[in-house]
Amino acid sequence: MQLSTTIRALWLALAGLFAAPARGAVIPEDRSDLLYHYYNGGGTTASGPALLVRKGIGEQVSAYASYFIDNVSSASIDVVTTASPYKEKRVEYGGGVDYLYRNTTVGLSLVRSNEPDYVSNTIGATVAHEVLDGLTTFSLGYSVGRDEVGKAHTDFADHVDRYQYKLGVSQVVTKSLLMNLNYEAILEDGYLHSPYRAARLLGLSVPEVYPRTRDGYAVALGIVKGMGSNDGELASSAHLRYRYFWDTWNIRAHTVELGYRARFGERWLVEPHYRHYRQSAASFYANDFTTQMLFMARDRELSDFSSNALGAKASYQLFSQRFNFSRVALNFDYETIRYTYNNFTDVRTGRLYAYNANVFQLFLSGWF
Amino acid sequence: MKLRTLSAVVAVLCLGGCAVEPWVKPYERGWLADPLMSVSRDPLSDKYLQHVHDVREGARGATVAEGGGCGCN
Repeated sequence: MQLSTTIRALWLALAGLFAAPARGAVIPEDRSDLLYHYYNGGGTTASGPALLVRKGIGEQVSAYASYFIDNVSSASIDVVTTASPYKEKRVEYGGGVDYLYRNTTVGLSLVRSNEPDYVSNTIGATVAHEVLDGLTTFSLGYSVGRDEVGKAHTDFADHVDRYQYKLGVSQVVTKSLLMNLNYEAILEDGYLHSPYRAARLLGLSVPEVYPRTRDGYAVALGIVKGMGSNDGELASSAHLRYRYFWDTWNIRAHTVELGYRARFGERWLVEPHYRHYRQSAASFYANDFTTQMLFMARDRELSDFSSNALGAKASYQLFSQRFNFSRVALNFDYETIRYTYNNFTDVRTGRLYAYNANVFQLFLSGWF
Repeated sequence: MKLRTLSAVVAVLCLGGCAVEPWVKPYERGWLADPLMSVSRDPLSDKYLQHVHDVREGARGATVAEGGGCGCN
């Protein structure tokens, strides 16, 4: 009896919490981005255009559509040591709609990614709910995806089923401090490795064998701190984010991201950023197996490695209140990444592998 | 018993939350709405950069950028 009373009190408390009025909830801003991206590193080049258009329909609905092209030319270390260099094109279409009712936003999204030997479809739903007059936002997300995996010039066909669960809370701590905590579980079943790659057994290439299930979990904490100028205006902000990842393949990973964003004059916004990443190896990874195992992998993505990325983004506001745009900005982002592998050798030299990558983005953003 | 205790604690916390007055007033939120304070200022750019990292790393998820599946093989 007491138990049911307590549970009833809990539900009433939750109902009261979720019925609390909020004035801050708004739909995402109307915006378009036209972007060109370029990646070069480790023998792989990927580049192409991307487009994102988001537009409100009334005050409660916002819809968006996106288009992304990756022209990949790869002669990476995996490719040159086990297969032939290749070129391919990946096209990704996305779309979604968000509906705002009082202090709750409900979103639906669809993404389709298409390559000659890999097709992926994902459908997702999100709910975000503001409480405490908009100071706290709780969010929930669920998405389900199905990938069709093929292999060029063969009849090979398999699939991957993917389920993603997201929980988040964003908190306004003070008028200049924001915090957010996110959790995500990614559960996958199916063919989870590449049909083109090979493991090594006593120096000889053998087919890779992965488990057909993988459960991965990530939790991340982000902090944004605003800093004022002498006249009391917001002049800059510091961004810190840490993520811990673990999965059933025994990979453990730490990601730390640091950023500083500052305004210079009325038109410039500059943002240097740094990212550190390191992970331990999957339990079935080996650089060179000495005996046949049930599961065998030599993908460097599953090996013990770290990376450091240093970059900067600069935004220049071209104009405001013209051509039906409230403002238009030109942005440039550059990042250099150093990958260092602790147990993955270049079989051509016998040395531990490491490489540098360069990532460029040039994009035009318009708000209307 | 454990469930009852847990439920009571959560109920008290929730009721306590309802009683809390928002401590940052609407007229104090100018900075929070500024792009300088945005967690993901450029969604398309952030999504692309996240993709660059995701395809080369074992870890995924809990990022500021939204994304779908991809081949990446």
